[in-house]
Amino acid sequence: MTMPFYVAPEQVMKDRAEYAQKGIARGRALVATVYGTGILLVAENPSGTLHKISEIYDRIAFAGVGKFNEYDQLRVAGVRHADTKGYAFSREDVDARGLANLYAQYLGQVFTHEMKPMEVEILVAELGNGVRTTQLFRIAYEGTITDEVGYSVLGGDADAIRARFTEGARSDWELRDALRHAVGALAGPERTLGVDDLEVAVLEDSGHRRTFRRLSDDEVRSLLAD
Amino acid sequence: MGLPLFDPVSDPGPDFAALVQRTGHSLPAFSENDLNLAHATTVVALRYGDGVIMAGDRRATAGNVIAHRTVEKVFPADRYSAIAISGSAAMAAEMVRLFQVQLEHYEKVEGIALSLEGKANQLAQMVRSNLPMAMQGFVVVPLYCGYDVLRGMGRIFDYDAAGGRYEDADFSATGSGGTYARTTVRLGYREGLTRDEAVELAILSLYEAADADSATGGPDSVRGIYPVVATVSAQGYEQLDDEEVATRFDAIIERRRGAKGNAEGTLR
Repeated sequence: MTMPFYVAPEQVMKDRAEYAQKGIARGRALVATVYGTGILLVAENPSGTLHKISEIYDRIAFAGVGKFNEYDQLRVAGVRHADTKGYAFSREDVDARGLANLYAQYLGQVFTHEMKPMEVEILVAELGNGVRTTQLFRIAYEGTITDEVGYSVLGGDADAIRARFTEGARSDWELRDALRHAVGALAGPERTLGVDDLEVAVLEDSGHRRTFRRLSDDEVRSLLAD
Repeated sequence: MGLPLFDPVSDPGPDFAALVQRTGHSLPAFSENDLNLAHATTVVALRYGDGVIMAGDRRATAGNVIAHRTVEKVFPADRYSAIAISGSAAMAAEMVRLFQVQLEHYEKVEGIALSLEGKANQLAQMVRSNLPMAMQGFVVVPLYCGYDVLRGMGRIFDYDAAGGRYEDADFSATGSGGTYARTTVRLGYREGLTRDEAVELAILSLYEAADADSATGGPDSVRGIYPVVATVSAQGYEQLDDEEVATRFDAIIERRRGAKGNAEGTLR
């Protein structure tokens, strides 16, 4: 009878974490920030159709970095969860915290029990109203959930981008200023990012029930223009 | 409530009704099983130059009693379409709610909205799933219209209890006062009506329906309750202000008062 080799649990976790981190580091980054009248989400994404940023519900957006098929699966599950919950109870009962918790549970479960951890980092953003506050939840590949204040950075090279973004970050700024600052932080000193490299969306009150809106290339271009 | 994840081979896709059943919730049977339930009555839709107009009265009746005076029968199905249902008021509202969620669910999961044709077919399936109840005489029949973004025009669909879907060329009306409303629209309709003309015609048709059908509510200036009138065009679904609707009704009443309630040879 053959005995399996003993591998220390610490080693297993370390290897899995390293594997996931490597996968995420290969992908491009994403910044979300609160501004005067909403939440801005900016991703470096050359594809115009494979979205990193999407709508989950009336006031909730989803953003993911890492492996597309994995975070897209989570996105669809989030839409399903929100829609069934809103249909069974009421639209007001759907909130980001509940959904972020579910994501955290699932990612934690996969990280400890499956062969391969998910190579993703995701963000659940909720635009506040009179009753609830604006919230940004970042959930890491192993299920760690962070309640971010003001802004959040995900994906490869996140530390450097976060350092650049933190400098001069505000929460009461105009959309234009927030977008420029975010794009500058994503690009860094050596690069410039064009409209084609960017995916931009906002959660913003405009009198409609659904607050999620993608910004067209033209709109982004005019906001970035001097 | 857990995170709804599925195997790729058994994934319900963007179908919200299938998802609801898979996650253990029950779907309503769209039926009226008690004759004392509230009923909703006249809704009318017509095309005009920029899109479609849909209008519906506000009365719900239970037998010969006015059950509710402020029921809304015209709803936005999504940004570019409107739905109205005559029949059991409670069940109609539930069908509308499910249809609204279905359209938005599809749009979010797929990342792109269904075509107007697709939405109309989806609604046909929902009506058809109610066929066993319809065979017993419990019927809910919707009227659906929208702005077809691909073709750049308004379109109107009506349905029968078996889920049959029929596209109407220019206008349609359903409910107990639907016959009067449809006749009025037919007499006043022509191709390429302006928004103002079409709104006027829709309101006149509801006035005529309320005049002849006891289950259709007319303008209620005492309580300030007026029919819901909405336009669907390239700008999306827009409901008219009560004030505009009230002004038009008042004008009709004023004209008719001078003519002992008759139209006096002109459709106005």
